[in-house]
Formats: sequence, C-alpha cells, structure tokens
Amino acid sequence: MTREVTVTRWALGRLLVALPVVLGVTTLTFVLIHVAPGDPIYLLAGDGGSPAYYAEMRAKYGLDRPLVEQFVRYVHAVATGDLGYSFMFQSPVLRLLLDHAAASLLLGFAALVLGSAVGFGAAVLCVVTQSRGLDALVRGAATVAYAAPVFWTGQIFILIAAVKLGWLPVGGMSSARETLVGVEWMVDVARHLLLPAVTLALPLAAVVARVSLASLIEGLRETHVRATYARGLSRARVIGRHVIPNALVPVTALVGQHAADIVAGAALTEALFGWPGVGYLVLHGSLHRDYPLVTAAFILISTSVVMFNALSDAAIAWLDPRIRLR
Amino acid sequence: MLPLPGWTRAFAFDDVTRRTRRARRPRAAIAGLLLLTVLALVAVGAPWLAPADPFALSGPALAAPSPDHPFGTDDLGRDVYTGVIHGAWSSLLVGVASAAAATAIGLVIGGFAAIRAGAIDHLLMRVTEFAQAVPRFFLVVVVVSLFGGRLWLVIAAIALTAWPATARIFRAQVLNTLGRDFVMAARACGSSDARILLRHVMPLTAAVLAAQVSYQVGGAILSEAGLSFLGLGDPRIMTWGTLLGAAHQTVSEAWWVALFPGLALTVTVLGCNLLGDALLQRDAESGR
Repeated sequence: MTREVTVTRWALGRLLVALPVVLGVTTLTFVLIHVAPGDPIYLLAGDGGSPAYYAEMRAKYGLDRPLVEQFVRYVHAVATGDLGYSFMFQSPVLRLLLDHAAASLLLGFAALVLGSAVGFGAAVLCVVTQSRGLDALVRGAATVAYAAPVFWTGQIFILIAAVKLGWLPVGGMSSARETLVGVEWMVDVARHLLLPAVTLALPLAAVVARVSLASLIEGLRETHVRATYARGLSRARVIGRHVIPNALVPVTALVGQHAADIVAGAALTEALFGWPGVGYLVLHGSLHRDYPLVTAAFILISTSVVMFNALSDAAIAWLDPRIRLR
Repeated sequence: MLPLPGWTRAFAFDDVTRRTRRARRPRAAIAGLLLLTVLALVAVGAPWLAPADPFALSGPALAAPSPDHPFGTDDLGRDVYTGVIHGAWSSLLVGVASAAAATAIGLVIGGFAAIRAGAIDHLLMRVTEFAQAVPRFFLVVVVVSLFGGRLWLVIAAIALTAWPATARIFRAQVLNTLGRDFVMAARACGSSDARILLRHVMPLTAAVLAAQVSYQVGGAILSEAGLSFLGLGDPRIMTWGTLLGAAHQTVSEAWWVALFPGLALTVTVLGCNLLGDALLQRDAESGR
C-alpha cells in the first residue's frame, strides 16, 4: 500500500477516535445543563424569548419526556448543527461561531508560526553559537515567559507599543473609521494582528525553546551525528541535515499537547485585544448568560482541540517515517 | 566512547563538570521554594500586612503609587497593594485546594486501574483520556456560566480536569513496581492493595507526583486568574485576576494597576514551575 493511502485511512481512523470525545463532551454539557439550578429551558434556548418560543423549544427538546429521550434529542440537535439561537447577538449560534472562526484561525495560525519559529530559532542559535551566556538567557527567558499569563504580558505590550510609543493600535481587528480595500486593508489588519499574535506566541515560544534545546542537544550526542561529523561534514550541515529534522518531532508533539492551552490562551488574548474571534464571542456570551452560545462553543472548541491533536499526530508521522500510523 | 567534538559540549547541563552541576541544580529548586514560601507567608499574614478591605474605596481613583498607596489605586479607588496581598490568599487557596483534589482523584483512579487491571483498567484509562481531552479553561467557563461564579465551583472544575496526568503517572509506576520482589514479599505477608500502594509504590513515585502537584498548583492559579480577569470569578473574593481585569480598562492611564498583580501572578507561577522542574530533574538523576 502506498503511504498516501495509509495516511488517508489513518486520518479516517483518527476521526473515529475523535468521535467519542465529542460525544463525551456533548454528554457532559447535557448533564451540566440539567444539573444546573433553574429551568433547563433557559439554558437550552437562552434568555429573552417569548412564551410561545419557549413552548416551541420545550417541545423540540422534549422537556416533558424522559431524560433518555431528551438526551437523544439534544445529541441529534448538536449533530445536525442546530445549536440554538443567541438572543444577545440575534443570530443562530452556529452561524455566529462560523462567522468568528476566521478571525480566530488567523490569530491562532499567526501565533503558532511566530511562536514555533522564534522558540525553535532561539534554540538552534544556542546550539550553533554554543554561547553559554545565550543559553542561560534563552533558558531564563523561556522559564519566565512560560509563567507569565497572556492577559498580563498583553497589557504590558499594549502599554509600551500602543500607548507610550503609539506604533500600533490598542485593539480590534481593523480601523473602524476608515473603509480600506485591497493591500491597505491587509496592512491594517496585520497592524492590528501584530500585538495579539506576539502576546499569544510568547508562552508557546517559551515551551518550544525549552523542548527544542533539550532535543537538539540530545541529537548532537547521537552516534550517527558524531559519525557524520567525523566524516568531515561542516557543522552547519551536520546540524541542518542531521540534528534539526529529528528535533522537529518532539517539538511538533509538544505543540499538539498544548493545543487546549493555546486555544484557552487565544480566547483570553482575544478578550484582551477585542479581537473578534470565537473566544471573544464565548466570553461575552458567558458574561451575558447566553447559555446556548457558551455550551455550543464548548462542544465546538473541544472538537477543534481534538482535531488539532490529530493534525499534530499527522505532522509527526510525516516528519518521522519511523512512526507507524495506527 | 568516542570523545565528543568540542562544539557539542559547552551548553548541555549534563556535561558541565560535576562540581558546577551540583552547584547549579538546587538553585532553581531553592528559588522556587523561596518564592512559594514568601507567597504562603504573605497569604497567611494578609490580615496584618493589609488590614483594610480590598474592595473598599480607599482613595482617589487611579492614584499613582505613593506612600499612602504603595501600588496606587484602581479605577474604583481600591488600593492595589491591599488587593495584591489579599490576592495571594485566594490564589494559594485555589492552587492548593484544586491540586490536592486532583491528586487525590488521580491516585485513586490510577492506583485502582493498575491493581484491578483488565476491563476496569481499560474503562478507567478511556475516562482518563477523555478528561485529558476536555479543554480545561472552557469547562470552567461553562460551569461558572451555568452555576454562577463561586470559588468552590471554580476549584472543583479545575480539579476535575487536572487529575489525568497524576492518574497516568501513578498507574504506570504501579504497573512498573507490581512485579518486583519486595511487592511480592509484601503481598505474601498479607498486605492489602491499599497498603502496598501507599507504603511500597508511593515512596518510589513521590518526587514525580510532587512535581505534578507543583505544576497543578501553578496551572490552577493561572486558570482562576484568567477567569477573574474576564469577570467570571467569584465576585466576593479579591484575586490578582480581578485586579488585572480592572487594569485592562485603564491600562493607558494607570500602568500600576496592571504591573503589580501581574508580577505577583507571574512570580508565583514561576515558583511552582521551578520547583516542579527541580523535582523532576532530581528524580531523573536518582535513576530509580
């Protein structure tokens, strides 16, 4: 069987593995809705509807039926994408979430690329220069940056770059006052993106730097690396061809393991910068008791974290041919 | 063994000479312990260090740091210094309580799964994997939105997602130890499962579990702070996250409201992580 076929089959298998998690999260949400104080109809259908609307919703979720049937109806609604209606935003929840997904993906992707590149780059620089001072600096900075919460570092960045220096906008995704098109619009969004992306990338860069440093140093000790060095290859070539590719594997695994943290950090970063993504939406919904929005987003975010894990597994398998896809 | 080329040597901690290595390792551990001790002292001493009510109006809004208000005041005229001191107490409470609960759950599930093996093990491990896959922060957000922001709910929700790592580590350790002679001997003497776990397996895995607890404390403190930052925390309790949430609105005018609580939070989490790292490294070097 060719590798491509194996990968496709494996990806399908991975989806099947993700299914129980999604079902589990849906069950958990259902249980929470029914255990929570108050009439579950408000948690299912939201605050602010008319009596006729609630009657309709009661019938839809079968609230007068046995719990098992209610559960089946709930799962059915979630599975068909019928996630309820948000009174706060006057829009179906699914539509709302999808509308905000692009902004989240943009921020997340930018931070992922930036954080991995900076973290890995710093580690490679330490290994190439073998400067003890640089090594201590990178390790120290990584330890501190990993402990600092995004909602604090972000404020410090806003204070310095936006308020004191006035270089960058304080928040939002685009300048509301002007209607820009084409390249100007992209530059404007990029300027708004920079601070939140750096904020979110910082803790990621910290973990990546720590793990890459460890695996790069370990890689240098491998006998095949020593053998290539003994054969007279240049240092740059030994590191570039024989050490870095191997070190990418644990780093990718690490990014996958931190998927949930990255998503949580993204939500907090979005809230801080007013970045109109899914996280920002959920947190607003939560503050305003928009229950359908919050519960649906929880299910959707859990699903995306599982997908993110699967993607990182796929990337590892691609990077390391020795790993067999299961 | 082949001598390593010079360029592989300089930076790796395990080929620095033995003397400097010994001098270097405890530094991080001591720093971590020291930071946490200071936190604990501040938390316990809060009523004496800052006797005022952290929510009380104590001066003009957004007053810069001065002898009266060493860390300034926030937009509601609350003293930031008092808030930071009282925040130490709530952070410590959240961190320790959720880590303790998570460790207890993890030990019971991990130990039970390993000892009972078979179908129970399989089931418990699937549950563990599921709990690990649930995004912790958002679960806390959902729980708080549905049930209201009470501190014990926040602690419970964090604990319910933090135990899987402990369970997996403990299970692996138990499985690793069960076949060993001293466990057989204990069993032959009639020791119960619980006694074997507590007296013979626990000591071997204590360092790794302690490291886990240390990370859990830091993680729980961060989660709670994030929640309070968003205004979803317990409104009756002053935390560093509450202060950072207030700071967010006024960061352009008052840097002090953001700087001090954030510093306290970062230093505390740093202390937990340093201690955890040091414990893990110690365990790795002990070679058990």
